[in-house]
Amino acid sequence: MPDADGPVLSVSGLRKVFGTQVAVDDMSFDLAPGRSLAIVGESGSGKTTVARMVVGLERPTAGTIVACGRDRSRPARNAGERTRRGREVQIVFQDPYSSLDPRQSGAAAVDEVLRVHHDHDAATRRRIVGELADLVGLDSRQMSALPRALSGGQRQRVAIARALATEPKVLILDESVAALDVSIQAQVLNVLADIRDERGISYVLISHDLAVVRQLTEDVLVMQRGVVVERGRTTDVLDEPQHPYTQRLRASVPGPGWKPTRTLRRPA
Amino acid sequence: MSALLEVRDLTVRLRVGGSDREVITGTTLEIAEGEAMGLVGESGSGKSMTAKAIARLLPAGAGVEGSVHFAGTDVLALSGADLRRHRAKVAVVFQDPRAHINPVRRIEDFMTESLRTLEDVPRAQARTRAADALEEVGIDDPARRLRQFPHELSGGMLQRVMIATALLSRPLLLLADECTTALDVTTQAEVMAILDDLRRDRGLSMLFITHDLELAGAVCDRTSVMYAGQVVETSAADRLHADPLHPYSAALVQARPDVTSTAERLVAIPGRPVSAFEAPSGCRFAPRCPHALDSCRSTEQVLTGLDAGRVRCERAATLRGRLLDPTESPTESEETADA
Amino acid sequence: MSVPVQAGVAAEVLDPVAEVEAAAVRGGLRRVRLGVLGWVSLVVVALAAVLAVVGPLVRPFDPNLSDLSFAYVGPYGSHLLGFDGQGRDLFSRLLVGARTTFLGAAFVAIVAVAVGSGLAVTAAWFGGRFDRVVSAGLDVVFAFPGILLAVVAAAVFGAGLLSAGLALAVAYSPYVARVLRSAALKERAMAYVAALEVQGFGAWRLCLRHLLPNISGLVVAQGTILFGFAMVDLAAISFLGLGVQSPQADWGVMVSEGKTGLLQGYPMESLTAVLCIVVVVSAVSFLGDRLESAGKQAHR
Repeated sequence: MPDADGPVLSVSGLRKVFGTQVAVDDMSFDLAPGRSLAIVGESGSGKTTVARMVVGLERPTAGTIVACGRDRSRPARNAGERTRRGREVQIVFQDPYSSLDPRQSGAAAVDEVLRVHHDHDAATRRRIVGELADLVGLDSRQMSALPRALSGGQRQRVAIARALATEPKVLILDESVAALDVSIQAQVLNVLADIRDERGISYVLISHDLAVVRQLTEDVLVMQRGVVVERGRTTDVLDEPQHPYTQRLRASVPGPGWKPTRTLRRPA
Repeated sequence: MSALLEVRDLTVRLRVGGSDREVITGTTLEIAEGEAMGLVGESGSGKSMTAKAIARLLPAGAGVEGSVHFAGTDVLALSGADLRRHRAKVAVVFQDPRAHINPVRRIEDFMTESLRTLEDVPRAQARTRAADALEEVGIDDPARRLRQFPHELSGGMLQRVMIATALLSRPLLLLADECTTALDVTTQAEVMAILDDLRRDRGLSMLFITHDLELAGAVCDRTSVMYAGQVVETSAADRLHADPLHPYSAALVQARPDVTSTAERLVAIPGRPVSAFEAPSGCRFAPRCPHALDSCRSTEQVLTGLDAGRVRCERAATLRGRLLDPTESPTESEETADA
Repeated sequence: MSVPVQAGVAAEVLDPVAEVEAAAVRGGLRRVRLGVLGWVSLVVVALAAVLAVVGPLVRPFDPNLSDLSFAYVGPYGSHLLGFDGQGRDLFSRLLVGARTTFLGAAFVAIVAVAVGSGLAVTAAWFGGRFDRVVSAGLDVVFAFPGILLAVVAAAVFGAGLLSAGLALAVAYSPYVARVLRSAALKERAMAYVAALEVQGFGAWRLCLRHLLPNISGLVVAQGTILFGFAMVDLAAISFLGLGVQSPQADWGVMVSEGKTGLLQGYPMESLTAVLCIVVVVSAVSFLGDRLESAGKQAHR
């Protein structure tokens, strides 16, 4: 890595236009190693589009994305570059039910990733699969089961293990705990916290859930209609939101003493 | 306080691939006129099945035991025209409005269909009533909305259309099944406020089904918590959060991250939620419960009154007030949270 | 983090309703419910397949040995079905004909499915302009009936099973491609495909190891259905004299050659051959339908 202390992910002037619709406009942020950044917003705010551009599933209309000191704003030119990018940034999606190949067990999925990326022998690969399973809290029986035999939370752990198999520096969590039951969500959030402590990985958490954001991240960006409207330390932004939109988001979170209020009769 | 809805010892079995699977076991709850009851639980807890049983929307071949009485009538015995009348008085709003609306028909057709076919209301009059209902749920320019197609409306708008439609049959009870789960938080707050207003203006009773304990607490009078097909606790909604009676309710409160403070570590519940048919004998929550004793695992727990609430836990009185205390060590040397 | 494991709880599908659906979905071919008719069909097809392999070996008489003095003689001694218009043993010809009939249809089905699924998966993978060009090309081929293509192929390359089979395969491939393209598009949109793309997996690996296997149920179903179509169409082509050439035994050829006898009141040859075709094709079609609906359910 060219600069060990520099940002592990750096985004500047990022813009994405679909047809006539501007999904993301002039988005910039830096992510330091081991830090966690949340991108918060409602549906249509452009937060998922940002994630897809960072991992290369969507091509930016303008702007640059630099991960581990290397530009990734344009599609990879060859297989070597493609796999190298895979070792820099990984992603875990929201839906645990479509995130795994239904014909592949967790162990087989992780093993395949290892085979694509490294020249390890079978014994080494088995050892790494075991280590990753421990890390995400799955036993060997669960790892060797097909996805349909696993619960949503277990599938999401497999997806996390698969993403970590390349030892990425950045893990994008695209609403990764949103579809989980409350008790399972807590388990997975704890696992994610453990992984960060153990591996020094950086997270970008894409979420609409402010409580989850508070639990997992230090910094936050609030997006509305493709534009960042507020940024800062997560605790500051959630405790004293400045922008009216952030204030409305924060006020909409139910909690003790909360009463829903009719704020608007917005003609859409 | 007379109960509008009374569910007694309701047990439901579904046929799955040739065998019967229990999804609800002995559910008991009642809702008074004008009361909002929250029904909280994780996946497989049976909360949606309870609503389906009340609305008589269970899949064919479901085996039902126990009783459901609504406004004095035995719901499980209804058929034909009586059943249609029952369904008009008990309106259901589901999670995904788009799955319950015909995409190629206009909003007006969708909203007025049952008025015009079942109640023979003339078209113009049905349209007026639909427009009024849309205004009531805070939709501007209802005349224009009625001419639109579902895809022209946002999810939040469409959910309000569903609520307005439910109101047209002048229901007494609204079953809201995760009806804000798919919505953005600000839209959710809006829809919740509308439901709250409707309840007050119309004296509507509500069964509000959700996985979100806090949401239920904010809009409901009482909350029932379900686990593995059983109601494990019924308490005043505002008290459940601060003074839960059942260890599972307490665990749910603690597992959920808090937007106002960052926890060092979340108190996760070990294991996973189970459905009624795979639940162990004795207390169904015992395998995941930090307070479980041997007797919990061997004895079937019954719903008993405690204070103003009801709880299905033999240790509830002993554990009262200690469930949320972080310094309180569990009775046995089990790992409470995942270490 | 510890994950307590409850003994004996292997599958964790929490919602029994979802479980009903899950049983049909994603189970691939292993979970197809056949029913009684399905099992009968399976047995018929299996018997026919065995016949295609061993038929020529166990035939009681030389299928091409002609003795005109036995022309149109009915069942007689060990000649179970009697003789055709040229005095050849009918039963032996049916047994031997099973092989060409089966091989021809299998050839058509395999080639059509290979071409069709290849086009479908590449179109779904690359999308955009490539997808539009492929779809337009398929629409053009759609416009040509298989038999017409076979007649043209016979005119250009000469009559015979190979040119007829290739022509049919080309004509069938758009049907396969169309069904599989929509399935492949849905699979392409699954999150796991995106996740593996982010892993840096190449298009080949993703298509061959992940995408294609997950639509394999539909691929097999399409192949089965086309096999039935091909058997009928090849028989028709042979009937026209453009497919398998006499004196080679083949069910289609037998229907064709039997027509003279049919007109003269000796229907045995045409009828037995037609009956064989109808039974096998019905069984195959029924199986194909079952497989297809199971496959489609997996893609809902």
